[in-house]
Amino acid sequence: MRYLLLIAGNESQMKSATPEQGEAMVNEYAEFGKTMAERGVLQGGERLRSVSDATTVRVRNGEVLATDGPFAETKEQLGGYYVVECKDLDEAIEVASKIPGARTGSIEVRPIWEL
Amino acid sequence: MTTEVEAAVADAFHAEWGKVVATLVRLTGDLDLAEECAQDAFATALERWPRDGIPRRPGAWLTTVARNRAIDRARRATLGAAKAREVAVVEPGLGEEDEVPDDRLRLMFTCCHPALAFEAQVALTLRTLAGMTTSEIARAFLVPEATMAQRLVRAKRKIRHAGIPFVVPPAPQLVERTAAVLAVLYLLFNEGYSASSGADLVRRSLTAEAIRLGRVLCVLMPDEPEALGLLALMLFHDARSAARVDDEGDLVVLAEQDRSLFDAATIAEGRERLDAALRLGRPGPFQVQAAIAACHVRATGETDWAEIAALYDRLFEIAPSAVIQLNRAVAVSLSEGPEAGLALIERIPPDALRDYHLLPAARGDMLRRLGRRSEAAEAYRKAHDLAGTDAERRYLERRRREVSA
Repeated sequence: MRYLLLIAGNESQMKSATPEQGEAMVNEYAEFGKTMAERGVLQGGERLRSVSDATTVRVRNGEVLATDGPFAETKEQLGGYYVVECKDLDEAIEVASKIPGARTGSIEVRPIWEL
Repeated sequence: MTTEVEAAVADAFHAEWGKVVATLVRLTGDLDLAEECAQDAFATALERWPRDGIPRRPGAWLTTVARNRAIDRARRATLGAAKAREVAVVEPGLGEEDEVPDDRLRLMFTCCHPALAFEAQVALTLRTLAGMTTSEIARAFLVPEATMAQRLVRAKRKIRHAGIPFVVPPAPQLVERTAAVLAVLYLLFNEGYSASSGADLVRRSLTAEAIRLGRVLCVLMPDEPEALGLLALMLFHDARSAARVDDEGDLVVLAEQDRSLFDAATIAEGRERLDAALRLGRPGPFQVQAAIAACHVRATGETDWAEIAALYDRLFEIAPSAVIQLNRAVAVSLSEGPEAGLALIERIPPDALRDYHLLPAARGDMLRRLGRRSEAAEAYRKAHDLAGTDAERRYLERRRREVSA
């Protein structure tokens, strides 16, 4: 089964990290990506820019409305994602628990709606 | 229909329902389908057993009928094209009729998966393993039937959509996941146990279901001391059920319970289970609680409150909580005196048990024994206002009047 692992964390906390902390985090993510790619579960994933760079688009009555910011103000913001292919939810949970962000933020595990 | 056949079907239902469903889940990978086929099999038994006689192996008979039903349904579904995938899942396992011993254990772990809400875990366990109907479960948990039906539908959908597996978890997760299964069984037991006797038989039946499932779990996990500990704990509590309530339905506190009403056979089984657990040499919270419960069902003589206090110390080391602090304070008040008990109650973090009626109830008892009557009356009043059942409220009101007289 395929799952989307959404990485949520507190952006303002992340922005206050020192350059060393930031570099350590990038290295940890690189390590995670390498391990999971070797294991064959990783199908994709990206880090996202801050929600302050987000634009929300709606079409109402045929009119395109673009506004600044994410679609919901929340304590934790979406910071990145992975798409993984796992045997079942137990494996997806195990993979999610190894994402560095799981220790400071949270990971939402969403089964992909296969058509 | 003869009562003999009816009794045989009822026995088979209790003994075999979980097995039939678990086997069908393995064969079809579909919980709903498994339940429907099991239901059909039992309906067929009611029709045929009076005519053909009770089969030599009712479980195997029921599983075969349920399995054939699953094949029929799969065939019909192929005609409907959309369900072709189900057939693919059904076909490979067919032919193995007997239960794989782990089937029910797998199903227990599926039902008690932490990705499901706790209340959904509880409802699913009762539906798929104990065979209780949705309306019975709804009545047992005092929610509308539609709410319970929704809860079950959602839980099953999540199992299917999220890919919650039908497996016994591997070693690294086994301890934690077993604890989740035990927590569900203990909640079932307590829900039934706290229901006043006779008032609602469906609620009371939860204790029997919890014990039955506890026994099954002990067969499936013979080396799991906490499963044995939980079963022993439930048996010790259950052994006292006749003595817990008087003829008027009022609560009788432990100290005033008539020991001749305790069920000796159940206590003996509890002791056997607890001994077996302790021999495994891996202590845990349920084993310690069972050891405490064992102290309360001793046939003769005074209760050894010093031993009970020591066991609560032990329990607090393994799983610290304010409720354990309170119970320990009560045990100390009965072994060393009410003053020592009160001192321990004062040490419980004030916010920890703010809405827990047993805290002021225990304080009231200690104050009463110290002759501080007006403080005791105030404590009983507070406990009365927080208590959840009528029987408890009547008991606390009686106590309050005694110290106010």
